[in-house]
Amino acid sequence: MKLELKGITKRYGSLVANDHIDLTVEQGQIHALLGENGAGKTTLVNVLYGLAQPDEGEILIDGQPQHLGSPSHAIKAGIGMVHQHFMLVPVFTVAENVTLGMERTRVLGLIDRRRTRRDVRELSERYGLQVNPDTLVEDLPVGVQQRVEIVKALLREANVLILDEPTSVLTPGESQELFRIMRELRSGGRSIVFISHKLKEVQEIADTITVIRRGRVVGQRPPTTSDAELASLMVGRSVQLRVTKPPASPGDVRLDVQGLTVAGEEDKSALDEVSFQVRAGEILGVAGVQGNGQTELCEALLGLVPAAAGSVRLEGQDLTHATPRQRLHSGVGYIPEDRQEDGLVAGFSVGENLILDVYNEPPYSSGIALDRGTINKTAAERVADFDIRTTSTATPVGTLSGGNQQKVILAREIGRDVRLLVASQPTRGLDVGSIEFVHRRIVEERDQGVAVLIISSELDEIYALSDRIAVMYEGKITGFRDPDVPPEELGMLMAGASDADAAAFGAAADHGQIAGGEAADETGLMEAGLYGVGLPGVAGNRREPADEGPAAGDGTHADGSDGSGSGSQSGGTQSGGSGSGPADDSGADPE
Amino acid sequence: MTTLTTAVRSTVAVNRTLIASATFVAFGLADILLFGLFSHGDATFAFAQFGAKVGVPNLVLPAAPVAYALGAVSIAIGVLRATVPLSRAGRRACIAGAVLAFVISLLCWADAGNSTALNVINLLQGTVVYSIPLILGALAGVMCERSGVINIAIEGQLLLGAFAAAVITSAFSSLWLGLIAGSLAGGLLGGVLAVFAIKFLVDQIILGVVLNVFASGLTGYLYDRALVPYQNRLNSPVTFSSVKIPLLGDIPIIGPVFFDSTIFLYITYAMIALVQVGLFRTRWGLRVRAVGEHPTAADTVGIKVLATRYRNVLMGGLIAGIGGAFLTIGQVGSFGKDMSSGEGYIALAAMIFGRWTPLGATAAALLFGFSTSLQSILATLNVPIPSNILLMAPYIVTIVAVAGLVGKVRAPKADGQPYVKA
Ligand SMILES: Nc1ncnc2c1ncn2[C@@H]1O[C@H](COP(=O)(O)OP(=O)(O)O)[C@@H](O)[C@H]1O
Ligand SMILES: [Mg+2]
Repeated sequence: MKLELKGITKRYGSLVANDHIDLTVEQGQIHALLGENGAGKTTLVNVLYGLAQPDEGEILIDGQPQHLGSPSHAIKAGIGMVHQHFMLVPVFTVAENVTLGMERTRVLGLIDRRRTRRDVRELSERYGLQVNPDTLVEDLPVGVQQRVEIVKALLREANVLILDEPTSVLTPGESQELFRIMRELRSGGRSIVFISHKLKEVQEIADTITVIRRGRVVGQRPPTTSDAELASLMVGRSVQLRVTKPPASPGDVRLDVQGLTVAGEEDKSALDEVSFQVRAGEILGVAGVQGNGQTELCEALLGLVPAAAGSVRLEGQDLTHATPRQRLHSGVGYIPEDRQEDGLVAGFSVGENLILDVYNEPPYSSGIALDRGTINKTAAERVADFDIRTTSTATPVGTLSGGNQQKVILAREIGRDVRLLVASQPTRGLDVGSIEFVHRRIVEERDQGVAVLIISSELDEIYALSDRIAVMYEGKITGFRDPDVPPEELGMLMAGASDADAAAFGAAADHGQIAGGEAADETGLMEAGLYGVGLPGVAGNRREPADEGPAAGDGTHADGSDGSGSGSQSGGTQSGGSGSGPADDSGADPE
Repeated sequence: MTTLTTAVRSTVAVNRTLIASATFVAFGLADILLFGLFSHGDATFAFAQFGAKVGVPNLVLPAAPVAYALGAVSIAIGVLRATVPLSRAGRRACIAGAVLAFVISLLCWADAGNSTALNVINLLQGTVVYSIPLILGALAGVMCERSGVINIAIEGQLLLGAFAAAVITSAFSSLWLGLIAGSLAGGLLGGVLAVFAIKFLVDQIILGVVLNVFASGLTGYLYDRALVPYQNRLNSPVTFSSVKIPLLGDIPIIGPVFFDSTIFLYITYAMIALVQVGLFRTRWGLRVRAVGEHPTAADTVGIKVLATRYRNVLMGGLIAGIGGAFLTIGQVGSFGKDMSSGEGYIALAAMIFGRWTPLGATAAALLFGFSTSLQSILATLNVPIPSNILLMAPYIVTIVAVAGLVGKVRAPKADGQPYVKA
């Protein structure tokens, strides 16, 4: 089935979310839509799925013009969609969710549970989706929920499957599993519209990449196109994929954490006698697979959870039992992991969000009244200074794109005089342009003498920012390393290997690398360390189809051909990681 | 913050066990210290009505020892609950056991040393009859809220139903017409609720309260202006008489309680079954629940969200209207001002305590009905407690039971949230 979009235009008031977009999706093709947050990708696929009506343009399927007035029209036309925010009822079972709207029934509309279950199981087996029809959706990990959405679309016999930012909620291992499923579907003759703002992903999986910027198609490229070219198409100017950062000049110890312990569920400690120091003018990066105590570390540093044991000192001052507000006053800035939940009040304006932590202090308030004038003035300055794209400072922050929301938080947290900056997953879900901006500002803070603690599950980010790296595993710090550590050594630490073992392995690998290793190999090893050891289940499921090889090759090739300063580190990681051969071998090695 | 709340939640889960077992122990102590220590003599229970076909002998129990024993049982249940992990059915059995022990101890104490026997059949019959409007009201609530519309207007629907049934029955001398009119009156108020809540997005709680005030004012006015002056023509309806189901109605104890009543009881049975099976076994119910939980998801698979809501709110109104009709043509006979006297709100509470399920709501409504019935029987037994306290006690016990024993209650996710298409 061939799908054509011609001149699709969608306006929201004065904003043109889609501006005469033309797109052709051939049968059996994975067509990637690449674009920054707010570029209009979701709007376009909403139009395609009948959720939004275009102001201009038409949609043709196999040459026939279609009227897609509602999702049911789209479903009938063979279009299926997995939404960015899943459309699943959490308290329903998988089978109920999948068949909702097209239930298998017996007399009197009674639901035929046995047939429903059988259908779902058959379909999920056919594509190796592994979903149990009887589980409640709320009990499933996000990655499996996504598969439920895919089964849902397949049951409706979707010939074109739209996946809106499917990987933004997935772990790297789950993303690989999704890609395997996508390839399977493609080989079954279905077309896939794959939306992402991550370069490596589209290079890895797409057959064709269409880049959208500010509502317009700005180019169509093959997946072999270099990172740098795609990034500059996407952002509209050339971007640096890695921050250039002068060497650190650390000063005195600023943050001193000793034996910090936080109680977890049952008898386990979520944080287990963690000790580290961060100096002024230094960035300490905390690496680790998500869920190994990083969240608790942040919360304990900010006073959001009580410390069961240990101490936290900032510039000698004991903050172990201080309230969050006392800590903020002592100069702690905090960029939380979940910005919508913990960082912003979505319904408040940009200006109000910018003073959330100081609203009760002069000059923003006097007595019981807020000083709106000062608040607006400061807000306007910050908006300009941090390049926050918003129509006004009175706009509710919830309507901003993710990147701009993060800039609001950044502006609030480092706009005042901070001594310590704790940033958890500071660029999660952000586009290239915003990542660059956030990284640059964090390094600038460091250079002004702020102690910075970065917590990230993205190794790229750890390498890009850290002056020193700590690795967490099951609530403990398994080791400290300098940023020139080979990734596979970090991978071992992240998977729980002892400090000495990892060091020994790292030394050997280092040696091997000198003997003729290549950048791509190295990153391949690293990913193997992550998946192979850290997530054995995922590695076990992963079967790489034959067409995987060229993709990896292309990735390496792209890296080589573009010597113009886009970091081979960040470029190589994903494409190298998909190269299955060396990855799986080395994953077995450490054990 | 997210992890913070999960952490809090997990301690709550641990506490749940402790709270539940503490509540059981408290019940046990009440059995012993209140009812056991203050009971003197025997309690006599009668299980047959005057003139029943099959006689059942009276049961004579030594009140104090029985209360002590039941108290011990209740404490044992508490210990069991705290030490052994139980299945859901097991936990429910614990609740049922402790509540039953409490009730029997209470009855022993009430009748101890009294020369008249306590008639259990009357007590249970009263329970069932008092529960009818509560159950129907709660089912109306379930119908609305499962589709995502909050219905505070049950009270008003009962009242309007009662009024319409009384007037139409009197005017046309037809009980069936009256029943239909009562139902339609409830449906009418449901329709108003639906239009304002779904189309005009009015806050559903405020809307419900306003509709109740409206129903009260309207019926009160019409009562003064029309029903009082034309009492004979407009407000002296006949009432449905009892219909005994052949065979089933002759079973001792069960028969007179469940199978010898007016048509309203049988309609109630049918409604409970219909709503329960409909909501949880059929395509219609699955879609309704999807609309109440995640309307956008329902919309994306082609389910008509607004139509579903309209339909359910209307059907809920029709059911509540039947409950209203019961108040006049099933029970009292004539309409009185504000005669629903808060039963709509009790029905709402029953729906919530019953976790938005028809069976749960029925159980909760029966508990409330039992409270009312018990209180009216105790009043005839000369229990040495002021009658106002007696009136209050069942509710206090219910609140304690619910706070201590009913776990996390979760409303449908989209309950009360109007659906606006993007
Ligand atoms: N329902 C809406 N009303 C008003 N503006 C909208 C609406 N949906 C999207 N937009 C705006 O359209 C632009 C494109 O958004 P979107 O399609 O979600 O981008 P993307 O998916 O590429 O991140 C954004 O500026 C967004 O704020
Ligand atoms: Mg989007």
